[in-house]
Amino acid sequence: MVEKKMSQLEQVLRSGRFAITSELNPPDSANAEDVNRAAMILAGFCDGINAVDASGANCHMSSMAICALLTRIGYEPVYQISCRDRNRIAIQGDILGAAAMGVQNLLCITGDDVSSGDQPGAKPVFDFDSIQLLRTARMMRDERVFLSGRKITSEIPLFLGAAANPFVPPYDWRAQRLAKKIVAGAQFIQTQYCFDIPRFKEYMRQVRDLGLDKQVYIMVGVGPLRSYGAANFMRTKVPGIVIPDEIMDRLKKTPKERQQEEGKQICVEILEQVQEIEGVSGVHIMAYRQEELVAEIVQEAGLLPRR
Amino acid sequence: MKKFSLIFQELIYDFVHWAIQPLKPLLKPNSRMEKIIIPLEKLAKEVAYNCQMCGQCILHSTGMVCSMNCPKNLRNGPCGGVRLNGHCEVKPEMKCIWVRAYEGASLMPKYGAELLRVQPPVKRNLQDSSAWVNMLHGLDESSKVEWLSAEEQEKLEDLWSK
Ligand code: SF4
Repeated sequence: MVEKKMSQLEQVLRSGRFAITSELNPPDSANAEDVNRAAMILAGFCDGINAVDASGANCHMSSMAICALLTRIGYEPVYQISCRDRNRIAIQGDILGAAAMGVQNLLCITGDDVSSGDQPGAKPVFDFDSIQLLRTARMMRDERVFLSGRKITSEIPLFLGAAANPFVPPYDWRAQRLAKKIVAGAQFIQTQYCFDIPRFKEYMRQVRDLGLDKQVYIMVGVGPLRSYGAANFMRTKVPGIVIPDEIMDRLKKTPKERQQEEGKQICVEILEQVQEIEGVSGVHIMAYRQEELVAEIVQEAGLLPRR
Repeated sequence: MKKFSLIFQELIYDFVHWAIQPLKPLLKPNSRMEKIIIPLEKLAKEVAYNCQMCGQCILHSTGMVCSMNCPKNLRNGPCGGVRLNGHCEVKPEMKCIWVRAYEGASLMPKYGAELLRVQPPVKRNLQDSSAWVNMLHGLDESSKVEWLSAEEQEKLEDLWSK
């Protein structure tokens, strides 16, 4: 029997405290130690650690396995499920399995296409879309049935999340699409990297106009840019990431050896600004291969102490 | 001009919907008649919409754009990878299906709001069958579980005009 208790992330969000989640860089090894080590760096500052599901369509240790390892050492994972690699049968089974291991936070995403990853010849699945995945997970939790109507014999305590990208077209539809996700089951949202504050403010205005900020917890995606080169790569090669020219210029003007520091500074500034926006409930800090910076960012943005 | 064309397409949709109802006894799933009608349906919808013959047509709910042309087969709106010029993450030369769908739906007085429908998972086993036949016999929408209550759906579609 699964223990029925709210996840820490859900508790923090419900209590109205500013929540922080981060992402674990998935190893290319079969070493549990690699996961433990990466998690240790983040655990002290985060209410949940995202186990990413082959993001960018690059092959790494699976998000399911990372979640299993994290629950073993008592850290709280956010289990990312993308629709790219598995069909509905596999996904529903994985949701049960994850819940059995004590995973409660589920993040339902579409997933980057295989063409952006290291194995573009792979077969893209996309049997579900993210909204169908959300609705199915909600059905499994609330009605205790599979999509076929077959009964599930235990409770599945899940806290359901989805992604949102307010920074790409069709801009004016993005808030309404969030409403769709909420109806499908989303309780929390992690957004794509936010570098464009005016655009995000406009999005949040639309979200508030529709009353959606009262129905879902919105966590803004932020992260430090490691260098001008890295920013340029993200901007041109990673789908969905928008970095305005001013930020690119700011990094370019900074001498190479100080760019990482500048990238962190930009991240702290963005974090401070988004905290002030009405309807924002937390941040999701993505610091790929510079996880050690998460602690500094949290501290410099004035978010300590955490507990 | 575009608006005019879309209103016209709404009318055609209503007409086809109405005109095939009496044919229900003839047009049975997996029947010889279905085999005859499939090429006709395909021809009509392929020329106009690049129809992929998913067998469960939602064209009128998606701005008269066939969403099965989205490389990720999304039925509920765009992914997060849409390019800044509105083109597709996967096929940079193609405009994102959902950018087009939103533009289309915005110009459709009757069915525009249906863009906010929460579409159920695709029944892959209906691929290459006739959406008309499936619609007549309810195969496209039948389900053992309630996908979304009418009330929830209505509330959502009310947001369209906001
Ligand atoms: S960019 Fe648009 S058309 Fe391309 S995969 Fe994403 S949603 Fe589909």
